[in-house]
Amino acid sequence: MNEALPLPRTPSHPSPTFFLLFLFTFIPMHTHSLSRSFIGRLGSASLASLLLLGGLTGCGSQKQAGDSTTGSTPTAAAPAGGSNLDVNLKEQFFPLQSYRVGPYAAGGTGFFGGFIDYLNLINIRDGGVNGVKLTWDEGETQYEVEKGIEVYERLKDRPNIAAWNPLSVGIAYAMIDKVTQRRTPLITINHGRTDSTDGRVFPYVFPLLLNPYSETSGIINYLGTREGGQDKLKGKSIVVLYHGSPYGKETIPIYELLAKKYGFKVQQIEVPHPGNEQQAQWLTIKRINPDYVVLRGWGVMNPVALRTAQKVGFKADRIIGNVWSNSEEDVRPAGEAAKGYIAITTQASGKQYPVLQEIIKTVYDKGKGNLADKNRIGSVYHNLGIVNGILNVEAVRIAQEKFGKRPLSGDEVRWGFEHLQLDPARVEKLGAKDLFHSINVTWKNHEGDGRVTFQQWDGNKWNVISKWIAPDWALLRPIIEASAKKFAQENNIQLRTEADVDKVVK
Amino acid sequence: MMADQIQFFFEVLIGGLLSGVMYSLVALGFVLIYKTSGVLNFAQGSMVLFAALTFVQLREKGLPFAVAFLITLILMAVLGITVERTVMRPLLNRSPIVLFLATLGLSYIIEAGAQLIWGTQVHALDLGISDTPIQVGPVSISQFDISAALISGTLVAALVFFFQRTRTGLTFRAVADDPFAALAVGLRLSRIWALVWITAGLIALVAGLLWGARLGVQFSLSLIVLKAFPVLVLGGFDSILGTIVGGLIIGATEKLAEVFVGPLFGGGIETWFAYVVALVFLLIRPTGLFGQKVVERV
Repeated sequence: MNEALPLPRTPSHPSPTFFLLFLFTFIPMHTHSLSRSFIGRLGSASLASLLLLGGLTGCGSQKQAGDSTTGSTPTAAAPAGGSNLDVNLKEQFFPLQSYRVGPYAAGGTGFFGGFIDYLNLINIRDGGVNGVKLTWDEGETQYEVEKGIEVYERLKDRPNIAAWNPLSVGIAYAMIDKVTQRRTPLITINHGRTDSTDGRVFPYVFPLLLNPYSETSGIINYLGTREGGQDKLKGKSIVVLYHGSPYGKETIPIYELLAKKYGFKVQQIEVPHPGNEQQAQWLTIKRINPDYVVLRGWGVMNPVALRTAQKVGFKADRIIGNVWSNSEEDVRPAGEAAKGYIAITTQASGKQYPVLQEIIKTVYDKGKGNLADKNRIGSVYHNLGIVNGILNVEAVRIAQEKFGKRPLSGDEVRWGFEHLQLDPARVEKLGAKDLFHSINVTWKNHEGDGRVTFQQWDGNKWNVISKWIAPDWALLRPIIEASAKKFAQENNIQLRTEADVDKVVK
Repeated sequence: MMADQIQFFFEVLIGGLLSGVMYSLVALGFVLIYKTSGVLNFAQGSMVLFAALTFVQLREKGLPFAVAFLITLILMAVLGITVERTVMRPLLNRSPIVLFLATLGLSYIIEAGAQLIWGTQVHALDLGISDTPIQVGPVSISQFDISAALISGTLVAALVFFFQRTRTGLTFRAVADDPFAALAVGLRLSRIWALVWITAGLIALVAGLLWGARLGVQFSLSLIVLKAFPVLVLGGFDSILGTIVGGLIIGATEKLAEVFVGPLFGGGIETWFAYVVALVFLLIRPTGLFGQKVVERV
């Protein structure tokens, strides 16, 4: 009966010490969610494990699936629309460090899908930007810094790179020096390091629309409006439930600052990564019984927060989510517990906006849409990708007005971003009225004074419930400048002046 | 004021104990395979993800609960048998570290396969169990947590009964104690190991449903293995009962530590605190609370 089996050896059970040592070595306990060091290490180990598995099981050589999924979209696969190594003088190239698998694939597919859909719309409808075709190539990062840098190294020498858009704090941080040396813009829409708003120190980094400090101020301004005026915040109690990572902790001093300014009481409670257990934190919140809880979450932490809030009897309409706690993926898993939950956003969701209707008609109806599931058109991440597409394309268009209607160098596109001023009238002309408000980037201000709005989840969809609100930029600017100056001193960076803006390398 | 403090303490304690039972559920899958084959199956978290994703997709396609459960169970059985045949059996005589690394590689294959087959979207899973709190005296407790604890407890009791009282359970134990002797008396190792992997698949399915209802069915489900490791160290890698006791201790101490000690460290200590507790136990009792002492003839 057992002839087919090799004789077993008496299991020499490894000691628990081994496994625990393995865990401590392998899995850093101080996880950095957005830099995804944990996942990163697992990912790095995976290749070795798979090779080992293949080798050990005698399965022969296993072809290792490459991390790069270049040309994974219909257009990207076509020579004219995506990956081609030939230098084509009439093309402007967007390298995409996307993530379509792994823990954050839901967000990645939505964002990069929206971005590509918009680029496709410009190519199909307008024949590109003033005749310059937009091209792109995707490299899979799984949201891991190491893989993001691999993709960067692989694509950095492609001609006519317009800008990098990794949608990852960790990857963006690792690229700042590199893009500065190569004079190519790095776009970190709604995220990134706050002090990169200061264009005097970070000429090539653009945290467009919203940096974390502005987000904080926007949330407090909304709560003030909800209470009937900023003065009504005095004496209120707010708990900030933040993700235990540098991303989560970044706004701690700003909440303290705003608490002092407006006279409310703030308590900030950390949730360890990944946030799949929050019983202790919510029991503490129940005891504090604050007027509001601000949820500064990420990934699985968000639905778990909403479910645990329900568990301890805290109402969802007193929880305000930040910009990374505002998607359908954050609320759907929480089911009924998410009904009434409110979150900040820079772009509304829904597909009623003209630009989305055009994308549906011009791109999806012709079978060239990027999202596999059409139900996701108009979702939060998809619309963020579309807005990101608008900002990138308009920066190219503005730069072309200055430098000529031809493919541009990264530095020329940087100039375009530094003059990216889209007022509400221009936004309307682009078919994005009410999708987002406006942007006003200058060489000094790389965020561009984006407005925010608030949306409430009704169990099926988000509904906008506020006007466009302006954060308190004047209050925040000195803090941002101080931080940027410190960075400049530590790294021997000379502050740019206005005269440097027009010094452009072709 | 004092009564308020005591009430709060008990709320945290009970919440922690109930969370601990959920950790035990994940640890159980590890113990089952380790106990019978000496392999620490790192792919258990991926199996939980795969099971939950499969179940939720079948439900979304309109299948009734029982049918979706049955089909998922069959798929988990197929997965278990495939793993046993293609990975574990060829590696039978290799050292434990090789087997462990093989399961590590396997976890990535299953994760990738799950996303490839079922997509990357996040799904809600409603088991029809309310998550609103109920009052037990002055303390409010989650109905969902109580139900999850009951299901987990039943599963543990069933497994203990299975191992102690059934013929197949006894053969499992025989193989675990001495595979050579088991072979010598004619036990079919391949069948037994396949059965073990199928049972681990069943546990993964139950864990996937309960954790999936809690977190949503998404990639992060595979990370729940991190909650199981301190439980395993504490309870013993080869003790089913140990998973329950370990889970309760870890759950209660990490929650109490987070609430009452956490503020001294700036909060967010519960994850690493669980490992500190496990390490301390390891120093005192290297085989865990209920783990078998291995006596080797030198």
